[in-house]
Amino acid sequence: MLYSEKVMDHFSNPRNVGELEDANAVGEVGNAKCGDIMKMYMKIEDDIIKDIRFKTFGCGAAVATSSMATELVKGKTIQEALKVTNKAVVEALEGLPSVKVHCSVLAEEAIKATIADYYKRQGIDPAPIVGHTADCDNCQCHHG
Amino acid sequence: MIYVDHAATTPLKKEVLDKMMPYLTSEFGNPSSIYTSGRKAKIAINEARATLAGILGAKENEVFFTGSGSEADNWAIKGAAKMAKGKHLITSAIEHHAVLHTFDSLRKEGYEVTYLPVDADGLVSPQDLEKAIRPDTGLVSIMAANNEIGVIQPICELALISKEHKVPFHTDAVQAFGNMPVNVDDWGVDMLSISAHKIGGPKGVGALYIRRGTRVANFIHGGAQEFGRRASTENVAGIVGFAHAAKLADEHLDENIQKLTQLRDYYIKKVKETIPYCRLNGHPTKRLPGNANFSFEFIEGESLLLMLDMKGIEASSGSACTSGSLDPSHVLLAIGLAHEIAHGSLRISFGVENTIEQVDIIVRELAQIVQRLRDMSPLYEKVARKQV
Repeated sequence: MLYSEKVMDHFSNPRNVGELEDANAVGEVGNAKCGDIMKMYMKIEDDIIKDIRFKTFGCGAAVATSSMATELVKGKTIQEALKVTNKAVVEALEGLPSVKVHCSVLAEEAIKATIADYYKRQGIDPAPIVGHTADCDNCQCHHG
Repeated sequence: MIYVDHAATTPLKKEVLDKMMPYLTSEFGNPSSIYTSGRKAKIAINEARATLAGILGAKENEVFFTGSGSEADNWAIKGAAKMAKGKHLITSAIEHHAVLHTFDSLRKEGYEVTYLPVDADGLVSPQDLEKAIRPDTGLVSIMAANNEIGVIQPICELALISKEHKVPFHTDAVQAFGNMPVNVDDWGVDMLSISAHKIGGPKGVGALYIRRGTRVANFIHGGAQEFGRRASTENVAGIVGFAHAAKLADEHLDENIQKLTQLRDYYIKKVKETIPYCRLNGHPTKRLPGNANFSFEFIEGESLLLMLDMKGIEASSGSACTSGSLDPSHVLLAIGLAHEIAHGSLRISFGVENTIEQVDIIVRELAQIVQRLRDMSPLYEKVARKQV
């Protein structure tokens, strides 16, 4: 199993890692049992993601996809951010080994979960805007 | 580079390569040929067989060379199952995949397999084996020492129970051989698998010991090699290298065990002193001299390995991500670790070329990396807040 240079770059120098004290949206996806948890913090103003941070428990690909996902949505509008797919994350990372593609799915879900939290805090039902946000229901874990 | 993954493979010893070289160059004859170069190759194989048999306490016609330790396991288990009167087989929950997946394949063929559990230290209970044996049990296979957590099983006791019930007993001694005394009569085993590349020999060669009288089907059909039981033109250089590596390991066994134990215990002590929220996996003393397996809470093993590699340290993990599945190591789950703890494990397996200075470097780098990953981990947040 080989990681691309881009993956290794984002793993060894993750962008936007840490917490955001004045975040007004926080989302967490994944499951410790499966070995992947992503937590995302956003500061959203005028529908624009002004700042973003993440924390991840997981493998090299999980860290790299989190890092890339934050880069892809930073400074974007919510609508633009919601259009970022796991495929876009994989492409931006110049590919992922097939067994690691689920990490990119988690990254896409982390963006959506965080934006959903933003709407919830505004008293707006996020479901019609963000769609279904998975809380590891889509995880391919084999645990019983 | 600091290589501490000797349970995965070991560097080929220079003396071993020197012994192999003639058979990779001038002495290229086929051992089955009657002319001079063929005869020389045949003699080399006979000598290698005698050397290994001597070390194992076996007879020469009880040692069969194979292409690997995995092949030896496959042969022993499938071969004995095929000849067994009953369709019930017994193994343990913490076997290497070469054994576990072989049993899985037999289950699909209609065999019933009992997987003996292990305790929190990773030990199989002889009482459990006693209870599991049935009139239709055809084989018991329990590893001598575990590849992940290094735990050494009470093979003598287990083999004796099997013998009392007249059930053939196989042990995967791939990790044990060269790291502890291995003698087929002292242990009372009927079959035993070993491999060359774990002890400073070349990759691609292993051996299966089969006690005379043990009913095992032949494995590869073809020529008359390996007493007609495992056809294939012999890997002459590999076999010669295997025997020489085994000879060196045997001659230096006591001093090697002493050195590896010193490195291991120093590493374990330093890690416990330096890194909070860690636990040693496997029995503290009934373990291979070079093996130390720790779980570090709140972090994931593959990330740990990648960061260690960036610092020039090569080790191994029981995390799911290194195996391509989402489940962590079956061994760590079998000793009762929670999934999230099992994901954060690190196996260090020392070799004789490692030094105390290297252990200091490893622990220093490890402490920094673990902290860095914890700072990045949402699981660690709550713990970190409590500390403030």
